[in-house]
Amino acid sequence: MKRYSVFAVAREAMNWHTGWERAWRSPEPRRRYDVIVVGAGGHGLATAYYLGRNFGITNVAVVEKGWLGGGNTGRNTTIIRSNYLQDPSAALYEKARSLYEGLSQDLNYNVMFSPRGLLMLAQTEHEVRGYKRTVNANLLQGVETRWIGPGEVKALVPIINIDGPRYPILGALYQERGGTARHDAVAWGYARACSAMGMDILQNCEVTAVRQANGAVQGIDTSKGPIDCGKLAIVVAGHSSVLAEMAGFRLPIESMALQALVSEPIKPCIDVVVMANTVHGYISQSDKGELVIGGGTDGFVNYTQRGSWQHIEETVRALIETFPVISRLKMLRQWGGIVDMTGDRSPILSKTPLGNCFVNCGWGTGGFKAIPGSGWAMAELVAKGEPGPLAADFGLDRFREGRFIDESVAAGVAH
Amino acid sequence: MSLRLTTGGRLIDRAKPLSFRFNQRWMTGLAGDTLASALLANDRVMVGRSFKYHRPRGIVASGVEEPNALVGLGEGARFEPDQRATTIELFEGATAISQNHWPNLAFDVGEVNSWLARFLPAGFYYKTFMAPQAAWARLFEPIIRRSAGLGRAPDRADADRYEQAYAFADLVVVGGGVAGLTAALAGARAGQRVLVLEQTAHWGGRAPVDGGVIDGLGPDAWVRNAVKVLEKMENVTLRLRCMAAGLHDHGHLIGYERVADHAPQTDAPRHRLWRIRAGKVVVATGALERPLSFAGNDVPGVMLASAVRDYVVNWAVAPGQRTVIVTNNDDAYRTALALLDAGLAVPAVLDTRESLTGDLVQAVRARGVRVLEGKAIARVRGRSRLRGVVICRQDSAGATAMSETIACDCVAMSGGWSPVVHLWSHCGGKLLWDASAAMFRPDPTCPPTGADGAAMAVCAGAASGALGLADCLRDAHKAAGGTGKPPQAKAPTEAPIAPVWVMPAKAGIEARSKMWLDFQNDVKVSDVQLAAREGYESVEHTKRYTTLGMATDQGKLSNINGLAVLSEALDQPVPATGTTTFRPPYTPISFGAIAGEARGDLFQPLRRTPMHGWHEAHGAHWEPVGLWRRPYCYPRSGETHRDAVNREVLATRRSLGLLDASTLGKIVVKGPDAGRFLDMIYTGVMSSLPVGKCRYGLMCSDNGFLIDDGVVVRLSDDTWLCHTTTGGADRIHAHMEDWLQCEWWDWKVHTANLTEQFAQVAVVGPNARKLLEKLGGMDLSKDALPFMTFAEGTLGGVRARVFRISFSGELCYEVAVPASQGLAFWERLMAEGAEFGVTPYGTEALHVMRAEKGFIMIGDETDGTVIPQDLNLGWAISKKKVDYLGKRAQERAHMADPDRWRLVGLETLDGSVLPDGAIAADAGYNGNRQRNTQGRVTSTYYSPTLGRGIAMGLVRRGPERMGEVIRFTAEGRLIAARIVDQVFYDKDGEKQNV
Ligand SMILES: Cc1cc2nc3c(=O)[nH]c(=O)nc-3n(C[C@H](O)[C@H](O)[C@H](O)COP(=O)(O)OP(=O)(O)OC[C@H]3O[C@@H](n4cnc5c(N)ncnc54)[C@H](O)[C@@H]3O)c2cc1C
Repeated sequence: MKRYSVFAVAREAMNWHTGWERAWRSPEPRRRYDVIVVGAGGHGLATAYYLGRNFGITNVAVVEKGWLGGGNTGRNTTIIRSNYLQDPSAALYEKARSLYEGLSQDLNYNVMFSPRGLLMLAQTEHEVRGYKRTVNANLLQGVETRWIGPGEVKALVPIINIDGPRYPILGALYQERGGTARHDAVAWGYARACSAMGMDILQNCEVTAVRQANGAVQGIDTSKGPIDCGKLAIVVAGHSSVLAEMAGFRLPIESMALQALVSEPIKPCIDVVVMANTVHGYISQSDKGELVIGGGTDGFVNYTQRGSWQHIEETVRALIETFPVISRLKMLRQWGGIVDMTGDRSPILSKTPLGNCFVNCGWGTGGFKAIPGSGWAMAELVAKGEPGPLAADFGLDRFREGRFIDESVAAGVAH
Repeated sequence: MSLRLTTGGRLIDRAKPLSFRFNQRWMTGLAGDTLASALLANDRVMVGRSFKYHRPRGIVASGVEEPNALVGLGEGARFEPDQRATTIELFEGATAISQNHWPNLAFDVGEVNSWLARFLPAGFYYKTFMAPQAAWARLFEPIIRRSAGLGRAPDRADADRYEQAYAFADLVVVGGGVAGLTAALAGARAGQRVLVLEQTAHWGGRAPVDGGVIDGLGPDAWVRNAVKVLEKMENVTLRLRCMAAGLHDHGHLIGYERVADHAPQTDAPRHRLWRIRAGKVVVATGALERPLSFAGNDVPGVMLASAVRDYVVNWAVAPGQRTVIVTNNDDAYRTALALLDAGLAVPAVLDTRESLTGDLVQAVRARGVRVLEGKAIARVRGRSRLRGVVICRQDSAGATAMSETIACDCVAMSGGWSPVVHLWSHCGGKLLWDASAAMFRPDPTCPPTGADGAAMAVCAGAASGALGLADCLRDAHKAAGGTGKPPQAKAPTEAPIAPVWVMPAKAGIEARSKMWLDFQNDVKVSDVQLAAREGYESVEHTKRYTTLGMATDQGKLSNINGLAVLSEALDQPVPATGTTTFRPPYTPISFGAIAGEARGDLFQPLRRTPMHGWHEAHGAHWEPVGLWRRPYCYPRSGETHRDAVNREVLATRRSLGLLDASTLGKIVVKGPDAGRFLDMIYTGVMSSLPVGKCRYGLMCSDNGFLIDDGVVVRLSDDTWLCHTTTGGADRIHAHMEDWLQCEWWDWKVHTANLTEQFAQVAVVGPNARKLLEKLGGMDLSKDALPFMTFAEGTLGGVRARVFRISFSGELCYEVAVPASQGLAFWERLMAEGAEFGVTPYGTEALHVMRAEKGFIMIGDETDGTVIPQDLNLGWAISKKKVDYLGKRAQERAHMADPDRWRLVGLETLDGSVLPDGAIAADAGYNGNRQRNTQGRVTSTYYSPTLGRGIAMGLVRRGPERMGEVIRFTAEGRLIAARIVDQVFYDKDGEKQNV
């Protein structure tokens, strides 16, 4: 792998950039791999990457039905935070956040992690109490967050409307090192690094069946033919139940559409990420200048990557109420992704009833921020066959035992 | 210099000059102008700067596809960035500024990016700015952010208002061109309810400019007639300035009507958003012309051929005095003819094809114009204004020393036409590549389908790829299910297009680095080729890596050219590359319109109890609770909120308080199976509750968690009244209906949410009975109405239900009266209660009193992870019942774990108030190096009754650890607190029982 740097760009400029090599190879499938990861989203690619980096397992294929990064990883609003309430969540998301800090250097690919600061607004007394609780919890979890008053909120976000009228802002939960990153770059950076380690990323290769014998996985059938494997990691977000069905088990997952939208680009007007859960909307500004906006999921299950218009209206209303200056800006584009929701809104990183088959899913509306940590924990689970401390609480058995990790307390919207 | 022609201009009114300002300079335009035509008329060709390289940019197009001419429009509370000059109808006093430059349009420091362009190819930022680690966020990102973005955001709230409306039609025709009008006529004559939307202010679309004959008339005359006919039909609605923004599932079409953009002084809403349900949508949205990719095609003065003739014919503006035409199809010759007709020079037509024979070509040749076959533009001269073109053969590598330069100040280019298939595609309609016409057209066999599985949209006319006038009308007539003969058209025959994606075909890399595909985002042919080389082969990868088509024009000009270049680079046919997904809206629509009237006071409905106005008049400090507002307290002058709460608590405990409890949910459950139903919904037994009695009930989710609580009253044999929390009323009603409709659909039960039908007042305190007895009418004595019973009667002349329940621990009657009597009843209580010093109290006093009594509050003691057993509420759970919602869940291993955190009271050693949300750490760390914890505070208050802080909390094995002192962390401090009984006041409940 040729290293990227400003010098490399200058050098290549001399031949009009005709000398750049491929970011990742486009190989034909081999007959067998030690590990097959299904799904080349952020979580699948990160799983493969840390399998190689942390465990030296590089005979790995990442199998993707479309184009890598084309699922929710390439559709999300890129909010990164770790101000979670429950211990296991805070551990996992904080691991991810801290890996994001050095990810560009680690991957030699600029993922543009931008710890610009993140605010969760409190607009009811109930939220005030909830966020104060989170700050206290975060302190003991080693996550740096702070409760700030309305004055400080206004100073951080001058365009915000503090006084309501409907839901005056009473303060906010502030994570100074929360922020955003460039979603495509995360997928591409991992893909390039995986490919450089000799792993095969097989795009346009849809898994159609999971083959098994004696209670253990043997391989998969794909649109490019059968491939054998030692271990199988299913990391396909909204299509997890579909893959689970192929593997012969069921998952407590519902797939729903979550939408996002962007405005036309404008000069910088909001420097932090703001989430307003009472009114149900959140906003940040991309480096290109677009306001990146999202809200809640549709209330019904479906697989189309579109959503209902009513949610767009709700979200935009919430944000105009909070940021009146955006009223004359325009929506440039709206889209949707299929998110994999669990009952407790926490992910699943788990062994499965099928031997040597593992799942990583349930990230729902908020898994982009978790990609490096999830890959790290999943790689350990796949490599060792048992979860490490990061994944331990996220097993499937928690649903049977009632050991839920419920975050909905802390955030109505969990992005 | 004015570039206005002395004659012509079908849309302008020369008798009505309009003054407008561009970059602080006053200029004059005419009624009917767009801002773009007016700017051109004033010789302002260069109007902006590109996104990345800050290159000079001129007007390219004449409509919604314009990528360059974006301006900031208006001032102050009516300022709006990124407005397309081509779609702004000029009005008197319009003020516009150009964008994305500093210090000014002509001289822009950001242009260094353009000189460095060679070092800034597609995706350079993914390869650089990585060292040192902190530099991205601290240094590079802020610089990039400042140089990116186009216009600036408004700096204050919007002064305009917006409206939303619904419409329903059998047939919605999108596009008011000749195809759309033909479809509308066909549909309307068949008796359908027809709605026609046209995004511009004019009917007719392109035909009046492009010419031809329809039913023996010129297009203008035919359009006028057609509109007249449609206007007279009762089943037809015509709407100008209304764009179909997006087609959603089930024929849900969003219309964006720009009601007052062209007349901002009126008090009409600025925009109106239509939510339209369409039986069927006819997409007659026409086609858009594609640019050609030659070196320097972004220099101001290079325009689409169709736009050049639009400016000449519609607005009598000459984009140039000498216009070179470059094309790969016959249509561009119409531009040559229009220019010649207007007396403007056409030094040459460069056609990439050989052996030209079409009617239009002949007509142009006949006018003495040089038509050069097999020719292309090698490069252009000029930087911020075009001065000439250097020509070469299309099948060559570019100019040679011998190459001719043609002086010109305008290039009219045409790379062919692409049907506007956006709406077709929004909801899943598929496309097919028509190689002979070099375009993607809708695949009629794969339309977007509606709820019934049938097609919900059909493309018509140019939008379906029927570019010739006669074909177009035939197609549109058929699309709308027309019977009889379609309008008959005559137009010149045209020779086929020859696709050209790179000009000249063998151009070297240096030239390819100057061929713009996406003008606004500065994406060049070389960038797409770089993406392909680096493995970003999927069209979505290329788009994202290069930003092709992601500008505010959403790739209307660039997408097809870009993916054709990508296909060539990958050596695969165009359909193998495919298109990116079309996403709504078709062109950007204002957030204001999306929000509609729901802003400020109307943002969300405000629910008011009958006594709301009284509270307001008496100085209530409000707290939002769901959509309601409840008084938090009633501070008197000079009182802090805290003072007021303390006063309210003490007054109530000592004598008499009143609480407006109207917001509490009141759901009536009735029917032969109502008891059985409630036994499933609640953890306790409600079927055995005698008529006239009240019982506290808990509701759990199927996962066992406590979701709501409240008092259930048996009103009659088959009728129960279920009180819920304020926030829970709608949620719980939906929860009940969910179970009734989805699981127990054969049970005979009805539910009704009567929350707003009653005003409810809690009359609380030792003098509560005395007050009510003063009103008279019912026997409220201890014997007649003991604790946890209910009676119906007339109280002080008002029909009332009186419940003897208490959430404060005091003697309490909750009195429900019809909502219409609520205020009068409340005022009566206040008046009659004066002798007892009656005090209205708010939600905070309520909280304090319930905490003093150790009562739980949903949302404080519960958070979705707590089961009733955790809260020592086992007594409210029936052990005998076979089943209730949550029962099985509560038997799971973790739920029965003795180590669970359970409810206790907490008292600080020094009497201070524990902070909200404090958490008790335990010794050691867990596997993830987090501090172990053993409990948390759930409610914490200053108790004026006890004169000290009191709290409740969940603590591991809490009830087994009475008297133990544990330490809580909050706000960076450690606070010691003793575990005590959760009931702080009147432990034996004597006061509520008197
Ligand atoms: C609109 C929106 C906004 C969001 N905002 C945020 C946010 O701000 N912050 C945040 O942290 N998270 C956010 N999320 C959530 C986040 O995007 C996801 O949790 C995360 O990207 C999931 O990554 P993944 O790798 O698990 O899934 P994906 O990226 O969806 O990858 C799964 C892959 O599996 C592939 N696949 C499926 N079936 C098969 C098969 N049979 N064979 C082969 N391959 C298959 C898919 O094609 C896909 O590429 C948002 C999501 C959406 C939709």
